[in-house]
Amino acid sequence: MKLDFSPQDESFRQEIANWLANNLCGEFDIICGRGGPGDQHSLVEERKAWEQKLYEGGWTCIGWPTEFGGRDASIEQQVIFNEEYARAQGPGRAGHIGETLVGPTLIAFGSQSQKDRYLPGILKGETFWCQGYSEPNAGSDLANVKTKAVFDETSQQWQITGQKVWTSLARESDYCFVIARTDLKSTGHRGLGFFLVPIDQPGVTVRPIKQLTGTSEFNEVFFDNAECLDDDLVGESGDGWKVAMGLLGFERGVSTLGQQMLFQNELDEVISLAKTNGSARNPQIRQRIAEAHIGLKIMRYNSLRILSSEQGDGQLQKEAMIYKLYWSSWHRNLGKLAMDVMGPEGELLQGKSYELNSLQSMYLFSRADTIYGGTNQIQRNLIAERALGMPREPRG
Amino acid sequence: MDFKFTDEQIMIRDTAEAFLVKNCPSAAIRQFMDTQLGYDPDFWKRICNEMCWQGLLIPENYGGLGLGYVELVATLEQMGRYLCCSPFYGSICLGVNALLVAGTEQQKTAFLPQILAGKTATIAYTSETGGWDSGSVQTSYKKQDNSYCLNGTYRFVPNGHSADILVLAAREEGTQGEEGISLFILPAKTSGITREWLPTIDQTRPQGQVILNNVILNGDAVMGEQGQAWAELQNILDLARIGLAAEQLGGSQQCLDSTLAYITERVQFGRPIASYQAIKHKCADMMVKVEASRSAVYHAACVADQFLNQSEDADALIEAASIAKAYGSDSFFHNAGVGIQLHGGVGITAEYDIQLYFKRAKSTEIFLGAPDYHRERLAALLLDQREVS
Repeated sequence: MKLDFSPQDESFRQEIANWLANNLCGEFDIICGRGGPGDQHSLVEERKAWEQKLYEGGWTCIGWPTEFGGRDASIEQQVIFNEEYARAQGPGRAGHIGETLVGPTLIAFGSQSQKDRYLPGILKGETFWCQGYSEPNAGSDLANVKTKAVFDETSQQWQITGQKVWTSLARESDYCFVIARTDLKSTGHRGLGFFLVPIDQPGVTVRPIKQLTGTSEFNEVFFDNAECLDDDLVGESGDGWKVAMGLLGFERGVSTLGQQMLFQNELDEVISLAKTNGSARNPQIRQRIAEAHIGLKIMRYNSLRILSSEQGDGQLQKEAMIYKLYWSSWHRNLGKLAMDVMGPEGELLQGKSYELNSLQSMYLFSRADTIYGGTNQIQRNLIAERALGMPREPRG
Repeated sequence: MDFKFTDEQIMIRDTAEAFLVKNCPSAAIRQFMDTQLGYDPDFWKRICNEMCWQGLLIPENYGGLGLGYVELVATLEQMGRYLCCSPFYGSICLGVNALLVAGTEQQKTAFLPQILAGKTATIAYTSETGGWDSGSVQTSYKKQDNSYCLNGTYRFVPNGHSADILVLAAREEGTQGEEGISLFILPAKTSGITREWLPTIDQTRPQGQVILNNVILNGDAVMGEQGQAWAELQNILDLARIGLAAEQLGGSQQCLDSTLAYITERVQFGRPIASYQAIKHKCADMMVKVEASRSAVYHAACVADQFLNQSEDADALIEAASIAKAYGSDSFFHNAGVGIQLHGGVGITAEYDIQLYFKRAKSTEIFLGAPDYHRERLAALLLDQREVS
């Protein structure tokens, strides 16, 4: 058991750190530290330009195989990349859905034509993607998808009708991947298809959802006979669930240390404020700051354990199942702590418009953390059933 | 980066588990926890003779196995899991660590072979106040030429009434805080020492009181830097905290496992109660706490190894130990409490073992500083730019 990264990995760390120091500056200064969770709608054009800069340096899609333009970087190197990227206050990646979800999915399940048409745009930071999974009645129960896809013999295209919701970056994306019911008589996870749908067409309408923060990161996406080429169905028409679940497995924890670096920046801000405004002398605040520090350190050790125990087959150990519940609960608590450190000032807005400072925004938006991507309740079901082997919930 | 047990470490863990499952059943624990000694001396002999656990951390040049802290926590975790009653913790986590950190060559040569031969050891440092900071060292010494005269009372000493070798912390008369603290090592039979058993709620970790009445020691007994030994004592206690957190981790895991076994069998309203979501969610939270404790303990063990190899400084050790001890204590107590709740009525009977874990959770939480103490220690590092001990 040892904690150190190898010398090769450390020199890789130096390489990316140097590149970021030399390139994330000048015109890109304004996007430093922006565009993360809760702020993904901000400075989108600038962040898209930054994706192209990353590509020029060879820093997009580093985990992809070299034949598709990646570096075939190891899990460790991807972790290091994300950690250094966050340390350098790299902006939220406008291309992350394409790079981490669509690309690996197409590499695993896509046709040659799909790989040829879509992978280069993702790699070069030129085309952007969003995710069409959740629906008003398919949240935790994702298999309850009602959006339907009908093959039109005349046009030889699929026509998609229905509604998706909680779609981040939909207004800024070129394509949405959508799971939709191809067998209209089917229920549950059978009879679904996985489609690559262009956003800019008459059949697609995007409507922002105004959130408790006053901003709109999430959207609703309406499909009304939206058109999709037959060639843009990934896999067979009944394979949607398999592809969709495969996609969720590709992230594999490589961004966890990067996420923790963002959390560390937030905690540092809370600590710095506590020192400035005197709440660092309040014994209860001191206890809670220490508790947050303990929680974040252990989050890192959890990640290192999970990464070290990767089996190589992409299957996460049962210990990895605690990760989402752990970080989301921690972050939500940090939001509350931040408000309590701010004290009465925390209630005041900066101007007449509904403008939040970064800690206020984090306080409010962190309430989403324990809901999206599997609520804490669903996470506890998963842990109980899959990791502890307890009896399963009845499923309709 | 390879943050997992090696094959050899897995073997050490599995061997420890197999030995304890076979030789440390609930009936044996209950028989010996009712005695003043608190453990079975024959069982301790078997640990020393068959398993050689007492030699785990002792370097090879003193006859030990020369293994590291990761191997130690792997063993301690299993001991905690099976409520092993033995003088192991005091002898190794307190005694051997004290010798490794602060012992002179002469002291190591004299005492490590005794511990290897099965002699037991412990540290006495906190007085009647029962605090864990430097101010809790209230026993005093007066230097007279080349000898030291010690007076005072220690309480909360693990196996303090029975250990063969004592490490004592005392302060020079008239000093306070971190100044003036010295460490001494001596046979417990030294003249002027009286010892008494202190009966405890958790009977699996017996404690003693040690009273010094004009105990005269010569310079050979002084460990570390005379009058400046607080820093070394801190290091020793931090190493010991990591060991305790490993025991807590094992206990925490067993609370979850034994609860799962019970609720899978227990049927109400025609279903095993494990099928109810209210129960499942509590178990999921228990697992989160177990796994997070595990990460903290294994990390702290790596830091302890680096500290003992002198590649990591004391600040890293303080942080790792306080994290592991604070989180480990809260988790063990939480899991033991939830464990009782999910056992229902039988959870509060003497018959079921979950109550023994509940008691041990509190005793290990208190010993060497409860979570509040460790969080304040970390808060001082984060917020005050000064060290608080």
